[in-house]
Amino acid sequence: MKTMLKNLAVGAVAALGLASLSPVAKAEDPIRIGSFLSVTGPAAFLGDPELKTLELYVHQLNENGGLLGREVQLVHYDDSGDASKARTFVTRLLRQDKVDLIIGGSTTGATMAAVPVIEQARVPFISLAGAETISTPVKKWVFKMPQSDRQAARRVLTDMKERGLTRIGLISGTGGFGASGRNVTLEEAKAMGIEVVADETYNPKDTDVTAQLTRIRNTDGVQAVLNFDFGQGPAIVTKNYKQLGIELPFYQSHGVASDSFLKLAGDAAKGLRLPATALLVADTIPDSDPQHGVVTGYKKAYEDRYNSSVSTFGGYAYDGFQLAVQAIKQAGSTDPAKVRDALESIQGYVGVTGTYNLSAKDHMGLSYDSFRILEVKDGHWTLVE
Amino acid sequence: MFSEFFQFTFSGITLGAIYALVALGFTLIYNASHVINFAQGEFLMIGGMGTVVLVGAGLPLPAAMVGALVLATVAGILLHRLAIAPARDADVVTLIIITIGASIFLRGLAQFFWGKEYHALPRFSATESLSIGGATLLTQSLWILSIAVVLVVALAVFFSRSKLGKAILATSMNKDAARLAGIKTQVILGVAFGISALLGAAAGLIVTPITFTAYDVGIMLGLKGFVAAAIGGLGSSTGAVVGGLLLGLSEAYTAGYISSDYKDAVPFVIILAILFFLPNGLFGSRAAERV
Repeated sequence: MKTMLKNLAVGAVAALGLASLSPVAKAEDPIRIGSFLSVTGPAAFLGDPELKTLELYVHQLNENGGLLGREVQLVHYDDSGDASKARTFVTRLLRQDKVDLIIGGSTTGATMAAVPVIEQARVPFISLAGAETISTPVKKWVFKMPQSDRQAARRVLTDMKERGLTRIGLISGTGGFGASGRNVTLEEAKAMGIEVVADETYNPKDTDVTAQLTRIRNTDGVQAVLNFDFGQGPAIVTKNYKQLGIELPFYQSHGVASDSFLKLAGDAAKGLRLPATALLVADTIPDSDPQHGVVTGYKKAYEDRYNSSVSTFGGYAYDGFQLAVQAIKQAGSTDPAKVRDALESIQGYVGVTGTYNLSAKDHMGLSYDSFRILEVKDGHWTLVE
Repeated sequence: MFSEFFQFTFSGITLGAIYALVALGFTLIYNASHVINFAQGEFLMIGGMGTVVLVGAGLPLPAAMVGALVLATVAGILLHRLAIAPARDADVVTLIIITIGASIFLRGLAQFFWGKEYHALPRFSATESLSIGGATLLTQSLWILSIAVVLVVALAVFFSRSKLGKAILATSMNKDAARLAGIKTQVILGVAFGISALLGAAAGLIVTPITFTAYDVGIMLGLKGFVAAAIGGLGSSTGAVVGGLLLGLSEAYTAGYISSDYKDAVPFVIILAILFFLPNGLFGSRAAERV
């Protein structure tokens, strides 16, 4: 028994020795990409697919010979949705792990807690969280992948205007996402000449909103209704909308852009429209679409590997990682200042979320029409042409 | 004009019936042990989530419902056996704190084993809603309302007619005297927790087609149910139902006639007013405690 263990140990040491002679490891130290995500806790539905995506593509990159001839290593911490943990982990990534670049921050809270530490350390940071404040005003070392809620509002209002709907009813949740969505919708509507004639709210945990919807329905001249929130509240609003037999065009925000919403809302969701990324309709997107290849490629890779369906959030991680790879390639090194400059200069990168055109003035790089308008038909999302 | 009023009323009744059922569960345990069981909301969650999970495991809906009811009843009895009974000599406040701990524990278990997703169940009737006077009423609301009425009557009969019910009442009035009279008070309390869990699970199950369910639905429903029970007067089944309906209607009328901004505030103002003028609630006993 003892000799067997000894033999095993000798074998292991020999194997390690051989491995260290292989060309990738010999060339130089690995490139270290740091990450902090909410893989557990209330925001796990964001962090879980994000981490899976990063692991998948880091593995794939190394299989194909790494980056600049070096291996890529992912150093990851789980902040479980807690902003102060996020800050601690980012400090650790910078001081102990000495990472070359950071991708992470599932939530706006975690991202904003990390920003001051990162700005001070001067390391490029790609955030996966949504709020506008992350990239407006521009922070030198901070980039962000998802579109903001303001762009979602503008996308919906543009679609309404194209259909000749200019007097609308707004209903929103009183939580952070809904309240912020309500504000930007009111501002954008004003700028676009759309009148918000009814403005109602509900508690995200409410189980019935028919009273608020009745008020909207009975408002004179209302032509369409928009609900801004995420979670199960919008599913209840959708059911109540159908129950009251309201015939007006109905819109939701990108907060419900997932298949689980369709499962909850059932038949009631028929005909509703929302802004979402092309990823949600990967199967029906035309071949001629510039995003076709990247969207179907990511969907297939993710679903083959993890046996669960892709989400918009994993898509942000995909885009963040690809942008980081492209920037490091372009910079030809991992010098933080050079990588940052390269990130800032990326133009016309076609990703899962949209086409990114980054610049010194825009660290998000997406325009509002990277959101597609989808409509629910026969229980599925379909692209509105 | 009238259709609007009807719509707000129906909306209020739907909400109110849900709150009433939750309040009934509080009432039962309060009657038996003077403990306010803050894990009551979690029994609702077990009722709804249990059904969803069992349906997902391949059981037909009725069997899944029965399974979930059994599961909740067992959880209620275990709650008493493992958490409440060992602390039987502690005062009521300590027991209440234990129930809060138990509710957090149950929620954690559900989150771990059953996940964080929201789920829906199909409604009980084929037709979804009825149109009355220009307003729509969900048939599921009628189910909730009638099941609430049946349960209230059943509880009333149970307490006034059955031996077990009387034993529970006797235990609640004076534990020592009841024990001297040959009542096994700890067993009786366990039964009360079991029945109350069953009641909560039934409520959680029948509201799921309207409200959806998830591991954390018990927090909000439990809180609103407690408020309804307090309005009605803790310990009165009629009070629980009336309190629930009052709370639901006041929410719906506020959202409809005043503004949705105030709809969560107005019910609490009403509770303060009622508790200020009628500290024992609308149907609470006004008699002094017997010694």
